[in-house]
Amino acid sequence: MPNLEHPAYPAATLLHLESLVPCRESQVSLLLSIFGERQQFSLPSIFIYGHTSSGKTYVMQTLLNTLQLPHVFVNCVEYFSSRLLLEEILIQLQSYSSKIEQSSHVPCDSLNDFVGLFKQVVASQELQDQTLYIVLDRAEQLREMEANILPAFLRLQELTDRNVTVVLLSEIVWELFRPSIGCFEPFTLYFPDYSIGHLQKILSQNHPPEYSADFYAAYINILLGVFYMVCRDLKELQHLAVLNFSKYCEPVVRGEANERDTRKLWKNIEPHLKKAMQTVYLREISSSQWESFQRGSGEPGQLKGLSAHTHVELPYYSKFLLIAAYLASYNPVRTDKRFFLKHHGKIRKTNFMKKQEKTSNHLLGPKPFPLDRLLAILYSIVDNRVPPTANIFSQVMRTFTQVLPKSWVSENSWEVRTAE
Amino acid sequence: MSTHSISKGCFVFKPPSKKRRVRQETASNSTERKNDSEDTELRFASCQSLWAQIKLETEKIQENLNKQLLDNLVSFLRRSHSEFQEKTTEWSCQMKSREIPTAALVLGVNVTDHDMTFKSLSEVLQDDITPYVALLEAKDCPGIKNLMQKLMGQLMNCCIDIDEDSFEDDSHVQVSQNKIRCSMTSLINWYKSVMKKTDSETTRKKRNSSSRHWQSPPVVVIFKDMESFTTKVLQDFIVISSHHIHELPLALIFGIATSPMIIHSLLPHSVSSLLCIELFQSLSCKEHLSTIIDKLLLTAWCPFKLGEKVLKVLINIFLYHDFSVQNFIKGFQLCIVEHFYSQPLSVLCCELVDAKKRVNTLSHNQCENIRRLPSFRRYVESQVSENQIALLTSDSFLKEVTQKLLEDLQLYHENYVSVLRCLHVFTSSLPKYPLGKQIRELHCACLENQVWETEEYESSLQLARMLNKSDLVTMLQQCVEIFVSSSGKEFDKTVEKLKEFLTQFQELEAEAFEEDVSVSSEKELQKKTDLYHLQKTLLELKESRRSKKLTKFEMLRFEVVDYIDSLVRNYLVPADHKTLYEVVYFNTASVLRGHLNAAPRTALHTALNNPYCYLKNQALKSDGGSISNKAPDICIAYKLHLECGRLINLVDWLECPF
Repeated sequence: MPNLEHPAYPAATLLHLESLVPCRESQVSLLLSIFGERQQFSLPSIFIYGHTSSGKTYVMQTLLNTLQLPHVFVNCVEYFSSRLLLEEILIQLQSYSSKIEQSSHVPCDSLNDFVGLFKQVVASQELQDQTLYIVLDRAEQLREMEANILPAFLRLQELTDRNVTVVLLSEIVWELFRPSIGCFEPFTLYFPDYSIGHLQKILSQNHPPEYSADFYAAYINILLGVFYMVCRDLKELQHLAVLNFSKYCEPVVRGEANERDTRKLWKNIEPHLKKAMQTVYLREISSSQWESFQRGSGEPGQLKGLSAHTHVELPYYSKFLLIAAYLASYNPVRTDKRFFLKHHGKIRKTNFMKKQEKTSNHLLGPKPFPLDRLLAILYSIVDNRVPPTANIFSQVMRTFTQVLPKSWVSENSWEVRTAE
Repeated sequence: MSTHSISKGCFVFKPPSKKRRVRQETASNSTERKNDSEDTELRFASCQSLWAQIKLETEKIQENLNKQLLDNLVSFLRRSHSEFQEKTTEWSCQMKSREIPTAALVLGVNVTDHDMTFKSLSEVLQDDITPYVALLEAKDCPGIKNLMQKLMGQLMNCCIDIDEDSFEDDSHVQVSQNKIRCSMTSLINWYKSVMKKTDSETTRKKRNSSSRHWQSPPVVVIFKDMESFTTKVLQDFIVISSHHIHELPLALIFGIATSPMIIHSLLPHSVSSLLCIELFQSLSCKEHLSTIIDKLLLTAWCPFKLGEKVLKVLINIFLYHDFSVQNFIKGFQLCIVEHFYSQPLSVLCCELVDAKKRVNTLSHNQCENIRRLPSFRRYVESQVSENQIALLTSDSFLKEVTQKLLEDLQLYHENYVSVLRCLHVFTSSLPKYPLGKQIRELHCACLENQVWETEEYESSLQLARMLNKSDLVTMLQQCVEIFVSSSGKEFDKTVEKLKEFLTQFQELEAEAFEEDVSVSSEKELQKKTDLYHLQKTLLELKESRRSKKLTKFEMLRFEVVDYIDSLVRNYLVPADHKTLYEVVYFNTASVLRGHLNAAPRTALHTALNNPYCYLKNQALKSDGGSISNKAPDICIAYKLHLECGRLINLVDWLECPF
């Protein structure tokens, strides 16, 4: 393991930093060497990517905070339009040093304005001799804003002529970002997934004060044994660990086993964790319900997940409407006559056999169909006569907007996935 | 507006003034014609008061039904954020990722009813938990930006409502500022400032009002129709708010029409793992309807009654089309209005005391109206001749009789309800439910015709004769309860009789025990015989069983069923056999169907085929199939098109002016 070394920062701070970012030492040391000393110009833009909860945001935040580097941290999901994003950067910058002119809100409509305002703000503060870091979290959102936003951020250093570095954090690779007209290529850095060993190390770091570290580490080991197959999300694992820890401690609290009695403890917790995997992890039941269930330690019949309530009561015609829509979307039009007419004439068997479909319609997915066809099928599948009243027509719209995603229902045609 | 030409073109119409005048004329005509004699105003007033009463009642019912659900929700929201406020220092709370408390509220497919529920929900929330409630609808929020705008607008308005006098200008500035920047940060800043204000207020003034909500009340966001929201908007909103859950105690309520699984199909796991979802289910709309029918139609207090056909139309619309209780009640309202509008004698459709008074003040015209009622005519024919003459000539005698008849009708209704419930107790537990599972089906059957003449009734009686003892006893007990609690005075004897049956059953039990012993000893003897003898004895047994006398229990069972049958024959006479039933029953289903379940295609077809039906022009009156040459062009064109549609190119026809 390489110890962090950098001439610009005191060794004690670096040591502290290292303890805060376990299993990410190599990335941090690389970043440190890229950043250089405080006053040195760094790369204009850095692109960091890696899977969900591989510590991108956390590492950047702790790095910038512990070394007390001037920085702006913005989540692009939260500031969904370019205007909000730029304004937010400016506001954070303003609040950075000068407390005198707070809340003087400057509207910033375009990137051009932003560059000007940015220069002003930076010039007015003591930031000139330090590198300023702008971190854009969830940077994939930038692609959906105006076309000039992303390229401009990549070469902000050049545009503003200030000592600034833009760091983009994203879960997808850089190749998906590259605009067609080309742009400045940032330095890309990959954060690999945590291995099981890493997870074990990180999770056991924060043990509860009442119990020893070894005891907690043993618990984490069991937890990972159950959950590592389905979930590698650190946050989720952390959450699950906390939720189920009280159950693990139960035998110890009752005095039936001591802390080193691993086998007994395992026997106690293992079925419980398996149950948790089927319920809490899938959000079938909420974590607070799970906790109260643990405390009450009983009535498992009472805990019904969300999927237990799949039964939907529908009005009589709505049921048939759904069936008709299903038939209309999967059956080709030419078969309608054969299926729904009473006297459809004879089908030539040989002809039919030859034209047998190569692929099942279900593999091809549902197809759009006109409203009239839906209603015609409806009239033929309902046993008694359906009066074509206004209620039926309004019911069509209501039923489909409820059952299907909105985008699937257009003015004149419907698509139905395998509903119900 | 239709023209007589089927070609395209510009037409000038100046109809509105004329039309209005015509309507006024007819209106004034009708009032002039009826006002003096038919108590129009009184009818209108009693219609209004009756509807007000019914509305109040339905709202009360709804409130009671929703109470459980709302209580659960309130306690959930109360719990949701208090835990974190109490023990922030504990290890588990520090380590656990904090989820957004979310209530998944499954309300059923009857969307029209949801508004009412949400209204009462937000009222309850504002009273008990938090002043900050926002109600979002999918149609207002196509993007995350619109959602934030809407949300902030609603929240900040509700803040203004609370401290309108002291901070009005202050908050006004805030709102205008935030119109420019609608982001979560400004929302958080607003929340903090509001909290500070209320804090200082409570310390300074110790207000009573703020003590209702506890420290830092949550902000509740209700998504009215979760299914219609676009996935991206929901995801973004949840992600954003989970970033700030530590600063802004947010709670979500999803209104779901179909099934809670929709949450998982709308949100990916990474987003749904940010939520702490608990499920709440409202009462099913079918049960809701049964309660409404039970409390509204099957009671004696409501003087207005629905006829069988009308009730069937309303129930069918409910079951086949929309499942909406609101629409059912609206239909009921329409019936009331129609009844009071079209039936002059509906003036007597009110409380019995008032009705008696009103009978005395009836005009001669109204008396004639009574004489014209078919049910009254039947009554007259059944009287002796002197009475007949008196009824048809003397108004005062007629009024006297009418009072008595109204009293009878009231009594009939009271008894009817109790006996109907009693019969329902029996039929609802029979296999295959020959008379329907719900009391409303039974009610319809009884209204339709004499129920004891139907096959279903016959078969259900037969099934009832095969009931076992314990079931029969519990049913009888239920019936006793129904009769005791009913308001009818005639049932003292019935209750006595039923109780007598019950005691007889108890006596039987003791006897049956003794009998059992003897039978078993007999059987033991039989066991020791050989095959041939066994066969023989079995045959004998079979013979004897065929001719065997009924046991005491069976006798008693027959008696009970016969007694119930006699009750039914006595009290469940269909309403249209009763004299003066037209006064309180509304039974013109065709009007209702035309209003509530219109058929646009059929209407178009009639309009084109038979224009007289709508235009009422004598010249257009045609006799069977042929269309006169005075009919509008479009009708003739339609006719021709029907005859030889293949030869006609409709586009060309409609394009060229002729």
